[in-house]
Amino acid sequence: MVQLTLPKNSQVTQGKVWDKPAGATNLREYRIYRWNPDDGRNPRVDTYFVDLDDCGPMVLDGLIYIKNNIDPTLTFRRSCREGICGSCAMNIDGTNTLACTRGMEEIGDGPVKIYPLPHMPVVKDLVPDLTRFYAQHRSIEPWLQTTTPAPEKEWRQSHEDRAKLDGLYECILCACCSTSCPSYWWNGDRYLGPAILLQAYRWLIDSRDEATGERLDNLEDPFRLYRCHTIMNCSQACPKGLNPAKAIAEIKKMMVERRV
Amino acid sequence: MSDVGTRNSRPLSPHLQIYKPIFTMVMSIVHRITGCALYFGTILMVWWLVAAAAGPDYFNFVNDLYGSILGRLVLFGFTWALLHHMLGGMRHFIWDMGYGFGPEAREWLARATLIGSVSLTILLWVVGYAVR
Repeated sequence: MVQLTLPKNSQVTQGKVWDKPAGATNLREYRIYRWNPDDGRNPRVDTYFVDLDDCGPMVLDGLIYIKNNIDPTLTFRRSCREGICGSCAMNIDGTNTLACTRGMEEIGDGPVKIYPLPHMPVVKDLVPDLTRFYAQHRSIEPWLQTTTPAPEKEWRQSHEDRAKLDGLYECILCACCSTSCPSYWWNGDRYLGPAILLQAYRWLIDSRDEATGERLDNLEDPFRLYRCHTIMNCSQACPKGLNPAKAIAEIKKMMVERRV
Repeated sequence: MSDVGTRNSRPLSPHLQIYKPIFTMVMSIVHRITGCALYFGTILMVWWLVAAAAGPDYFNFVNDLYGSILGRLVLFGFTWALLHHMLGGMRHFIWDMGYGFGPEAREWLARATLIGSVSLTILLWVVGYAVR
């Protein structure tokens, strides 16, 4: 249901301002959402200063600098540092994106404001609980389904049919799009959200897949698919430049086409 | 798992409070608001028709009400809400056909809806006053 305000235990309070690194002259301010499950307090926003002369150019570099040099308790997910694993998805400067591919310079002059992905249960600091997101991905059965006997070698596909997967297979399931979507905020328990629907479409238009009808049946639901109101935050947010809104529109078209 | 028992006490991360407004998102909200406003506007319209059916005295009373400064302001707002919602509906129709999803196209469509609704409203009122 729509709840525009945050619950009491989630309201963000003023946090600590950490000391500037000694001797540093080229500083960048970071304001970071913190929440510790063990201290029983509300979330807060801490202020840090990153020494740009001792730090890489990306937002993630700044986070790692803070963790290494100022506050080792700062908790966030990261792995590949090149936009292919999707671990460091977070809300940076009011937009969901990957910390590793967003340059500090792109943000302008003010402080770098970082929050966890929006409207998600927080495990700690910048780490959201993605359990439901993964369960929703499981629910669309994201694997090849066939009834004809498997060929001796591989399932073959024409170049044209393969090209239909471009713009879909690149999705890294970072959840930037789904957690940018107001519909997913208000109805995330029943609406699948842009990332999962883009994945669903990836299997719907795969020429080798033979479960198209069943897949569409599973999506034919006022919530699972049709909570998309083309708000477009998803396509704006995707750090891989994909277009989930377009994929959802294509699913809606398939729904109509199979009826006529 | 170590987090068993803490799951219910986990805070919800900030959403509307921190998300940077995106033009298409704002336009989506405005589409909702204008849609709601149309319910109210339709009631005004029905009231006017009922008044016409009720007789000249009552019709003049309602007509004067609508003709007052405040009444005209409300009707102006109703006109804009109607046109904005109509153009928004056409924008959604284009999207439902599968077009206009590119970064430039969706911005352009949103902008065209807003500019179109404001200019059409003004045009309609200018024409309305001119032919009166």
